[in-house]
Amino acid sequence: MLHTINKSPFGNSSFETSSRFLQPGDPILFIEDGVYAVQANNKFSAALNDILKNNPVYALAPDLNARGIEEITAGVKSIEYEGFVELVEEHQVNSWL
Amino acid sequence: MGEIESESYDDEIVKKIMHVMREAPHGTIYTYEGLEMILIMAAYDQDISVAFIDDGVYALKKGQNTEGIEMKGFAKTFGALDGYDVEKLYVDQISLEERGLTEDDLVVDVEILSSAEIGKLMAEQDVVVHH
Amino acid sequence: MNIGILLKEGPYNHQAADTAYKFAEAAIKKGHTIDAVFFYNDGVINATKLMDPPQDDRHIASRWANLCQKHGVQMLACIAAAKRRGINDDVLIDCGSITGLGNLTDIAIRNDRLITFGD
Repeated sequence: MLHTINKSPFGNSSFETSSRFLQPGDPILFIEDGVYAVQANNKFSAALNDILKNNPVYALAPDLNARGIEEITAGVKSIEYEGFVELVEEHQVNSWL
Repeated sequence: MGEIESESYDDEIVKKIMHVMREAPHGTIYTYEGLEMILIMAAYDQDISVAFIDDGVYALKKGQNTEGIEMKGFAKTFGALDGYDVEKLYVDQISLEERGLTEDDLVVDVEILSSAEIGKLMAEQDVVVHH
Repeated sequence: MNIGILLKEGPYNHQAADTAYKFAEAAIKKGHTIDAVFFYNDGVINATKLMDPPQDDRHIASRWANLCQKHGVQMLACIAAAKRRGINDDVLIDCGSITGLGNLTDIAIRNDRLITFGD
């Protein structure tokens, strides 16, 4: 199952909460303000590194660029909307709001 | 995946649809309109479940009196869900505990599950809608 | 693949309407079918033709109308949510229609995916 997260982790608990429900192998895609979670060297990097052990993590490139986020946590893959579609082809979607 | 051709085949499809309540009642309309969605979907013989996570658990809290804010109260409608064949109501244990609540504080019978257990159920769904 | 979209947030206030549109565009480009965009909660406000943003900004309602006219994507506003928010047939974008949550249920049943965009 693909989990999408669209809220900044600094303002909303979606990232923290959703982590409890992840199954191993579930991909996570950060979109919109959610991409702040993957900015390198912030207070969520450790949690992200833990998740990366069992789950592939993606962030939407247009949202990273819009917010001037250049350096992202190692292991997180930056993808385009086309990549978002590919993930949807492979997984049912669980959009955390 | 093949295309669905005939109407009667459509009638036999049963999808697992989970509604996720994560917002507190009244401050925003999401829980209320989410409940309206569940009630309508209930008429379509699908496999429907509802998970209450984070502030969503507050929607089930006893003793809500909305007279003073002049908004419709709807907590007791959750109690009517099993009359609509929506019997799978799951409450996230951590969300309940964080808020100092127990099963006795809730207006309806629910299954209190760990996040891991609810996560497993989520992974089985065809459709998940967050409210 | 056949995909339904549920949009639960109004235009401009939140990026959800934009992300939903960009996703729909990308999915269509890859050869998928977007069956419908169903507007719920404040999402119904996406469908008003009275929308009048500045010239140099994207026109969200027109985008939805175009998707409908060019690619046959149904634009559906929930009647209960629409009535609350003053959206009726008089103000609805061309190609849009007002319908019930039963239709959303059908969309969830008959498509391979139902994806939610919202706040």
